[in-house]
Amino acid sequence: MSTIELRDVTKHFGALTAVKNVRLTVAAGEVVCLLGPSGCGKTTTLRIIAGLERASSGDVIIAGTRMNDLRPDQRDIAMVFQFYALYPALTARENITFPLHVEKLDATIASARVARVARMLQLESVLDRLPNQISEGEKQRVAVARAVVREPNCFLFDEPLSRLDVELRQTMRSDIKTVLRGLSKATVIVTHDQLEALTMADRIAIMRDGVIEQIDSAHEVFAKPATAFVASFIGTPQMNLLHAQFEGVEDGHGRFKIDGQPIRLLVDPAVAKLAKGQVTIGIRPRALVLDKAASADSISGKAELVEPMGAETLVHARTPLGSDIRVVVPRDVPVRAGDVLSLSADARETHVFDSSGKAVRT
Amino acid sequence: MTDTAANPAEVAVRSRLFQQFVGRIRSRRSSIGIGDAGWGRTVLAAIVSFIYFFPVFWIILTSFKTYEDALAVPAKFFFTPTLDNFVHVFSRAYSAGGPVQDTGFALYFFNSLFISGVSVLLALVIGTVAAFGFSRYPLKGNDTYLFMILTTRMLPAIVVIIPIFIMFRVTGLAGTYLGIITLYTVFNLPFAIWMMKSFFDELSPDVEDAARIDGSSDIRVFFKICLPQVLAGLAATAVFGLILTWNEFLFALLLSGVETRTVPVAMSQTIGGDIGVRWGLLAAIETLFLIPVIIVTFALQNQLLRGVTFGTVKR
Repeated sequence: MSTIELRDVTKHFGALTAVKNVRLTVAAGEVVCLLGPSGCGKTTTLRIIAGLERASSGDVIIAGTRMNDLRPDQRDIAMVFQFYALYPALTARENITFPLHVEKLDATIASARVARVARMLQLESVLDRLPNQISEGEKQRVAVARAVVREPNCFLFDEPLSRLDVELRQTMRSDIKTVLRGLSKATVIVTHDQLEALTMADRIAIMRDGVIEQIDSAHEVFAKPATAFVASFIGTPQMNLLHAQFEGVEDGHGRFKIDGQPIRLLVDPAVAKLAKGQVTIGIRPRALVLDKAASADSISGKAELVEPMGAETLVHARTPLGSDIRVVVPRDVPVRAGDVLSLSADARETHVFDSSGKAVRT
Repeated sequence: MTDTAANPAEVAVRSRLFQQFVGRIRSRRSSIGIGDAGWGRTVLAAIVSFIYFFPVFWIILTSFKTYEDALAVPAKFFFTPTLDNFVHVFSRAYSAGGPVQDTGFALYFFNSLFISGVSVLLALVIGTVAAFGFSRYPLKGNDTYLFMILTTRMLPAIVVIIPIFIMFRVTGLAGTYLGIITLYTVFNLPFAIWMMKSFFDELSPDVEDAARIDGSSDIRVFFKICLPQVLAGLAATAVFGLILTWNEFLFALLLSGVETRTVPVAMSQTIGGDIGVRWGLLAAIETLFLIPVIIVTFALQNQLLRGVTFGTVKR
């Protein structure tokens, strides 16, 4: 069975704890993305799975076997590196063939396999060139081919698309997704690009400071972020996180004060159990609505900067006490810098985070 | 949804700025194109490089002169060339009218080639492996060892030679091939290690990790993956090591014996004799002495140049 499991994996580098009690299960055929800002421990986690780093504690289980003490080559995994890590002195063909030497395959079988993989990734025309003679996109595909050719138990990708330009990234994203779907192996992809994670992964694990803050489907992490950090990390433009004073719940509506302005928001029933005090309210820029006039359910802000994005317009507004609020309005709504806006929130998309940053939700 | 500005006015401004920028580059190209530094600079470069080359040129010229031509004042640039000097390098009469004898220079040339070749090769092999070790499997206090092996190169040779002379006397290595080859190898090693370490440090560790995941042993990683990437470094190290060893005089003078004498030492002993310094003869030795170094440097030139494009995995 092609599965990966991490049980309470921790990694220290001297005084620094790069990875803290990470638990993760990747089922056969599942693609899990480790997503987070740089330095959050996602690459270290991947290297621990690969066996390039040793876990300080915890277990790495691949295909049901504890692999902690095994060398990378004994784990039956393939990894695609951020900078491709092609062997510079070998041609594309030799690069792809390289992993096969372990199996001592018959030369004709080996070359048939290489040819099949090369055809799948459209590399036939560049097989006899050296890595520095081919384009970035081709290097990327050679790196994928080299990983795929050995037919390993599971795949690891470290920032696979970070070096490609925007257009190539889109095609490679779907190419890799197609290849992975055909192989149905457990796959872990590390990325800092949420779009990459949202589009490629079955589940996304969002990491910060060595801790997985949430593992869920793309839909869940977007709709129900477990923490304020996840909420701010997923979604563009970024979710508004406003510091607010919580003053109680009345018939399903929470009463808050944002920068002194009272506002009523429809909230999750769990919020009723929350003690009065400081909370963080999360509202996505697209969940804010421009009201004609100020009301008890809205807050006011002055438009500071207006950025047309094509289909929509992003407005940066500022409350009287200086909190920034991002609002996305349809293209046909005229907003100019300096306008005073009354904003109310779409009730279904209001998130309340307690003082520790955890979502308050039933 | 996208972050590209769709504002037509801004796009127009941007494209105009871009065209101006391109235009400026083009106009600069047309006045001073790449690969065309102009005649003035070319002539200047020719003059400067000829000044560098002049002593070598003068030696080569002198090697074809007769005894009288070599001493002529003012110096002669045009004369009837003779090959006598080259013959005399290997066999000549030591006094006027005396018997023609073998000078032993065939042996000295062999010694120079053998001693330099073997010691540079050894330094390269040991140095490369050691450098890989220093780079990939650092010891505790790695830099201390790297620093210590350099210390002997920090003092003038004339200072270091006294303890080394005693070490050679005690061990009985003085005058033997083993002794002088060991000495040169040890001397070339720090340079080889430092040089090769810097090349290994430049390599992407990801490539090696990839090879390990693909099932390569450390040995295979070293030979198949790392070594092919540092060929330029090997070539440069070999050339510099060879030039240093080939021309070394002081240690060879004090530590080589009659049988293991190298050309620089033998050359110095040619000066003197009853008819004064035979400049033509000396120049002939030097001219012959130049040839191997020039051949090696030329042969490795391509590798040396490849050092410029070093590193396919850029970060």
